[in-house]
Amino acid sequence: MADPLLEIDSITKRFGGFLALDRVSLRIRAGERLGLIGPNGSGKTTLINCVSGALPTDAGRILFEGRDVTRLPAHRRTRLGIVRSFQIPKPFASMTVLENLGIPLEYAGLARAHGAGAMEILTMIGLDAKAHLRPSGLTQIEMRKLELARAMAARPKLLISDEAMAGLSSAEVDDILAILFRLNEQGITIIMIEHIMRAVMRFSERVVVLDAGNRIAEGTPAEIVRNPAVERAYLGE
Amino acid sequence: MKTRGALAVGVAVIGLGLALAGLGVNPYVYFAGYVVLQYVVIATAWNVLGGYAGYVNFGTPAFFALGAYTSIFLIEALRAPLPVLILSGGLVAALLGLGIGYLTLRLKGVFFSIATFALSVVLQTLIINWEYVGGAKGYTLIRPPVPFFRSWGVLLFTLMVALAVVTVLVARTIERSWIGRGLAALRDDEDAAECMGVPTLRLKLFATTLSGFFLGVAGAPFPYYVTYVEPSSAFDLNYAVNALAMPMIGGTTTWLGPVIGAVLLGTAQQVATVTISSELNLLIVGVVLVLFVVLAPEGLTGLVRKLRRR
Repeated sequence: MADPLLEIDSITKRFGGFLALDRVSLRIRAGERLGLIGPNGSGKTTLINCVSGALPTDAGRILFEGRDVTRLPAHRRTRLGIVRSFQIPKPFASMTVLENLGIPLEYAGLARAHGAGAMEILTMIGLDAKAHLRPSGLTQIEMRKLELARAMAARPKLLISDEAMAGLSSAEVDDILAILFRLNEQGITIIMIEHIMRAVMRFSERVVVLDAGNRIAEGTPAEIVRNPAVERAYLGE
Repeated sequence: MKTRGALAVGVAVIGLGLALAGLGVNPYVYFAGYVVLQYVVIATAWNVLGGYAGYVNFGTPAFFALGAYTSIFLIEALRAPLPVLILSGGLVAALLGLGIGYLTLRLKGVFFSIATFALSVVLQTLIINWEYVGGAKGYTLIRPPVPFFRSWGVLLFTLMVALAVVTVLVARTIERSWIGRGLAALRDDEDAAECMGVPTLRLKLFATTLSGFFLGVAGAPFPYYVTYVEPSSAFDLNYAVNALAMPMIGGTTTWLGPVIGAVLLGTAQQVATVTISSELNLLIVGVVLVLFVVLAPEGLTGLVRKLRRR
């Protein structure tokens, strides 16, 4: 794989005596749609916390566009283009929907001049009618959309979507999937972490499976479904 | 209101202060006015950290007293003039502010508040045991002849008008800048703010330092005002309670909130001190604070905003 956008080079993360990530390596090419799956506690969220900078790593390196970002604080990584959304939406509650997008635009997005303005992003995601509401007035799916819209306002090169669809209805899942496909068409690389298999398998070009802090499988969705190691991780012996 | 308009209002307020100083009314007006204005500075300074950034500082007495004792030290050591005292008091307290800024790395919410309160206790113990600045028995300042003004009371009153105007203008400028928006984001959700590109640590350090600076500035003229400073008066718990109660009553998200809160509550306390008893102060603050927290949690400015929206 020539010039990966993101290169995770055998990172290790310990919480006390618990080994959450054990020398996990991963390369992601620009424009790719990657699914990251694994049972609860397998280290998915820890991995993206390490990539986004929320957690320091104990060993290993993270390269973004060839640049070592392992020691950079989270906000610097966001400015470089690594942007994540949160599993449980974390809106800025005192601001309107539009103002929520203003923060990443002002602090991260404007570094990359070309891109949509806040209102354009809201229109694309279908939140434009709610632009002047506070997040407390939004429904669950609108909250998820706000989470994605705010991430978009940071003008990401790599978007890490952390369970953006958990708890949504099947129609709502399709809605979010359509948004993510559209973002990918615009050239944004996407890592999707998801428990809803139907969504991950449809979305991903490549799927990586974590179990107990180790990468146990990697392949196309069709290969992953047939992989006995994956079956064991999810269902036991 | 544009920045130039705000500046004009600020200058006008200072002009009014000067006019009132020239008027020569009952000296008690200057004496009480000083206290109210001092609380405008304290409440506004506290609010930069507590309101804008959402870190509740219970250690206001530490910063205020540090300003006052920096003044005492410089008077003792160098006979330094008042402007130097104010600047130095602010800078020393700003350093302490920077220090508590680094505390925010590990302590959030109520734990941060407890740590700042403990800081105040520790600092008071240090001052009590420091003979050079008067120790436990206190420090008596013999004021030199008053320059330019009729009396020290009038001079200090005018000075406090100017300090209050400057503090409020600085707080207002910050609130409406990219810094203010970043602070609001980290108040709402620190993790989300950091992930959206906000340099949360740097902004918190800025807020704690600036807040500390103006709390120190408020305390620096204190020795001139009371002429007798003892640790228990400089580290008075009243400062911690009022610094928090005044912005809560006025509203913590805008610069206007602490000003309204300080003027209302500060004046009420002064009136109660004269008409009823000085012990009643804390009771008034307590009752009013409980009422506001229950009935108008966003303070007076929040209440007005809510009524207007209807």
